[in-house]
Amino acid sequence: MSKMNLSVSPHIRSARTTQSIMLDVIIALTPALIASVVLYGFRALLLTQISCGFCVLLEFLYEKLLKRPVTVSDLSAVVTGLLVAFNVPVSMPVWMLLVGDLAAIILAKQLFGGLGCNFMNPALVGRIVMMFSFTTALTTYTGSAGLVDAATSATPLADPASYGFMELLFGLHGGVIGETCAAALLLGGIYLCVRGVIKPIIPLVYIGTTVLLTWAFGGVAPLRSALAGGLLLGAIYMATDYVTSPITDKGKVIFGVFLGLITALIRVFGNYSEGVTFAIILGNILVPYINDLTETRPIGANPPAKKEAGK
Amino acid sequence: MKKSKWQIFTNGLFKENPVLILLLGCCSVLAISVTVQGALGMGLALTFVLVGSNVVISLLRKVIPDKVRIPCFIVVVATFVTLVEMVVEAYLPDLYDALGIFLALIVVNCIVLGRAEMFASKNGVVDSLLDGLGMGLGYTLVIVGIAVVRELLGSGTLYGFRIIPEGYQIGIITQTPGGFMMFGFAMALLIFCLRKKGKKFDPRIGCDGNCGNCAAGCANAVTDLKTEDGGLTAKEGSES
Repeated sequence: MSKMNLSVSPHIRSARTTQSIMLDVIIALTPALIASVVLYGFRALLLTQISCGFCVLLEFLYEKLLKRPVTVSDLSAVVTGLLVAFNVPVSMPVWMLLVGDLAAIILAKQLFGGLGCNFMNPALVGRIVMMFSFTTALTTYTGSAGLVDAATSATPLADPASYGFMELLFGLHGGVIGETCAAALLLGGIYLCVRGVIKPIIPLVYIGTTVLLTWAFGGVAPLRSALAGGLLLGAIYMATDYVTSPITDKGKVIFGVFLGLITALIRVFGNYSEGVTFAIILGNILVPYINDLTETRPIGANPPAKKEAGK
Repeated sequence: MKKSKWQIFTNGLFKENPVLILLLGCCSVLAISVTVQGALGMGLALTFVLVGSNVVISLLRKVIPDKVRIPCFIVVVATFVTLVEMVVEAYLPDLYDALGIFLALIVVNCIVLGRAEMFASKNGVVDSLLDGLGMGLGYTLVIVGIAVVRELLGSGTLYGFRIIPEGYQIGIITQTPGGFMMFGFAMALLIFCLRKKGKKFDPRIGCDGNCGNCAAGCANAVTDLKTEDGGLTAKEGSES
């Protein structure tokens, strides 16, 4: 018997699994969660737990119902639940949060075939559904038991110039649960980069473009507005979602610039003060095309043949 | 294969439902299905126009010259729509306001024109009447069905009566995205039910499938039937 093994590619395997990657994301989100409990009180933790639990339950029930393999243990539903909860203010009624979870897990993820088949970020679909359904509840920021008092209600995006850098960095202002403490989000982002879970390209290009274009369009306090609102949360944890971001580095740069452009346009000229959600969703839709345009050519391969007309 | 009168009538209800299977007239379904009242009015108005135009076009099918058949169909349809519009405006002003432009737009509704072209211009009066009735009721069934869900979840009411207390509404359902969602769910549900009943889908849907003798030249004309998956083909001949 020959000792030679014959097999088809891939020949190099990594020990990483979806589960370990998702666990890293959860670890990276923990500082922001702790910060939110300090800032807004215990209810922030409660909302997050409920959201995670409900997302996992929904995924389990749906997959049981359709007799599909149950993929709850890959922890992706937990991450989605965390991110949906991070996108609502601490005063959000629980049933509204559950509607967001339902939209995220069932509508955006499972109906399209589960993890890896969703063409939009599930958590952001949850946010959009909540935004169109419960606009008032989602944009009323009243702190309850934490450091932020009930008086601070508007998002600093409405007027970033009136907040100091330190206030923005540590999130001492109104906002949704997960987005306010910039320092904690950055810490988690650095952890993800060090662990190799994400490449820093998309967040850096995205945030850079947003700051530059906000300045170019004449927006108020471009640097400070980068720390305010959902930009950091979106750029680090949502825009970098494997399923809904381009594969190649070149594609990632294009993706980041596009997201920055849309975010800056909406923030400076739009009716909404926040543009991150729409930017990432629009970007997600473009991802297949970006992937097509930036396909890597093997060394020595012929230039790609022009596609026949009419195909 | 000659269809029985009953088959012609029930065809439009489920198997060849104009909205969910033929994908015609989606525009008014998405726009009007916000309230049950409006949806019911729209469905009945369309059914009336459809039956009327189908009968008249079927009567005139030997007289109408082939080359100018579309303008002729439009004139017949427009006559009935004007009739409905005047009656609704005179006796049901609330409904008239709720339907707005979509009542007048029945003139160019693709279900009406589609049935005139695909059925009434080729079949007898009784068959055309039954086809118009079936298709119209199929449309009404879908638009009212979607409206029930949308009104209940989105506004918390049913035919204007409050079911779910104020403050527990999901606003997106009454907005455009909600319309598309419910449309998709309704389509999936119908196809699921038909599959359960073991009905096979013919990709050459919406006609008698006799593409060799057909002058319509639709986009999904099938010369040899190779699709055996029993599923719906994505492409449809006409758009709404």
